[in-house]
Amino acid sequence: MAETAHRAHPSPSTYWVIAGILAVVTAIEIAVPSISALDPVKVPLLWALAAVKFFAVVGFFMHLRYEKKLYRTLFFFGVFGVFPLFIVVLLTFNAL
Amino acid sequence: MTSQSAPVEVHDHHDIKPIRKAAMWVFLGSECMFFGSMIATFLLYRNETADGPGAEIFDIPFTSASSFILLMSSLTMVLAHNAFENRDPRATRIWLLATAMLGTTFLAGQVFEFTEFVHKGLTLSTSSFGSAFYMLTGFHGAHVAIGVLMLMTMFYLSFSGRLFDDRGLNVELVGLYWHFVDIVWIVIFTVVYLLQV
Repeated sequence: MAETAHRAHPSPSTYWVIAGILAVVTAIEIAVPSISALDPVKVPLLWALAAVKFFAVVGFFMHLRYEKKLYRTLFFFGVFGVFPLFIVVLLTFNAL
Repeated sequence: MTSQSAPVEVHDHHDIKPIRKAAMWVFLGSECMFFGSMIATFLLYRNETADGPGAEIFDIPFTSASSFILLMSSLTMVLAHNAFENRDPRATRIWLLATAMLGTTFLAGQVFEFTEFVHKGLTLSTSSFGSAFYMLTGFHGAHVAIGVLMLMTMFYLSFSGRLFDDRGLNVELVGLYWHFVDIVWIVIFTVVYLLQV
């Protein structure tokens, strides 16, 4: 039975806070390409900001951090399966 | 016999909920692979413009605004789910409608954007860049449109009371689908738009 249990979902106020964080991160994302001083770190910075938004939505709005391990495994199998897929596609076309 | 079959039916009904939810997570995982392959294709052809328009025609402020709208639709969706869990039909209905409206606004923005790009010479057949761009963003738009239809179905069901008629997981499943559409756009916005300017 313990396997089927999951933690309680957050309150609406938490959702609003997360939405505020997402809005701020989006504003930073939009600003980054226009700041030339950030050019050397632009690519990793934009990926990091996208990852923050991605995991905030998945964790809090999709409640995955409160769910059973099975659901996390099923989903992240697809998410992390994308990386070998990228490598295979790019290697196939000599683009890596 | 009747008294024996009834509990079995109820037991099966309750058992199917986690299975449906697990199936949805499997589906979303497979969708990651689907969009991952399209993003890989876009990365492969992002410079293959065949002397036609490329990423320079992107209107980042406009796309940023529509991205923000889609992002906030995830907030309204989770509030709809929260209201549903609290058995509040009025709030559920309002937030479902708000989510559908935000999704429709995003779609309208995409139609406007595509129209602008076609006028600037970027079509599906202009170049490999054009094909990869329209396939990726077009398929995402199709997913948003399907999500809006599902939200409006939930909205309609809320008036007949069938939304709370032990079909609770449907709102949750639609919510999962909607949030997934949002996280795919988070990646597309970064890869296709922000990293190309």
